[in-house]
Amino acid sequence: MNTTLNKPESQQTGAQNGTSRVNYLTPLANILETKDGYVLEAEMPGVNKDGLEITVENGELTLIGRRAPVENRGREVYRESRAFDYRRTFELDPSIDTAGITAKIDQGVLKLQLPKAEAVKPRKIAVRD
Amino acid sequence: MSLIRYQFPELTNWSSFDRLNSLRDEMTRLFDFSWPSRDSGLFSGWSPALDVWDDKDNLVVKVELPGLKKEEINLSLHDGVLTISGERKHEVEKTEGQSFRSERYFGKFQRSVTLPTAVDASKVNAAYKDGVLTVELPKAEEAKPKQIAVGVS
Repeated sequence: MNTTLNKPESQQTGAQNGTSRVNYLTPLANILETKDGYVLEAEMPGVNKDGLEITVENGELTLIGRRAPVENRGREVYRESRAFDYRRTFELDPSIDTAGITAKIDQGVLKLQLPKAEAVKPRKIAVRD
Repeated sequence: MSLIRYQFPELTNWSSFDRLNSLRDEMTRLFDFSWPSRDSGLFSGWSPALDVWDDKDNLVVKVELPGLKKEEINLSLHDGVLTISGERKHEVEKTEGQSFRSERYFGKFQRSVTLPTAVDASKVNAAYKDGVLTVELPKAEEAKPKQIAVGVS
């Protein structure tokens, strides 16, 4: 079975009004499957708890990270980072118990625990005498 | 009639590999960089994004370093060059489960930046928050812009 969380590549998402186009960065992510579920880590430097918006809809998990506002730092001398917010969508494995998803963010790394529903967890069946 | 297999002269003794290696060495020498080592994945590293800002009194260097502990970041200032280095270690052992997606970099990193103005090294201040390292380097007195009053005679 190879169902897992997939990602549609979407760097840009047009705003519905058509006038402004919103650019997003795709956060780098790691996904690990464990016995009890999945662990998803996404890198969102500059984002804290208040800037996070995590939604599950139609079997899709959407992560949005908005950067905490930064006070004016003067003149830009050299720049590599991009100031856009983060957004990424993952298709959820149907075995995931969406009610049990938990999230926390620590130093710009969002970590989601996506537990598998009890019904699909590997279960050992005892053999009776 | 002899039954010796014909060998293409240019394919003998793996010499082409030797030539390839020497070519690679030449290129390494030419560009003065080392090739990614085998154990570090596709790219030898992780080059965190670095920004430099300049307000009137300070230079501000910001580096995106998600998921580190502040003890894992090393900062040094030498001859006007600020160097940020460290190592990000795997939190979860890979053997614990099956990996489906592995995009994050782990391992060592180092970034250096030559500061555009002289700074007062004794007053450098660094903070690590939300995965972003912010280093504030107060400019040395002689590097600060000065207002010169025009006297009226």
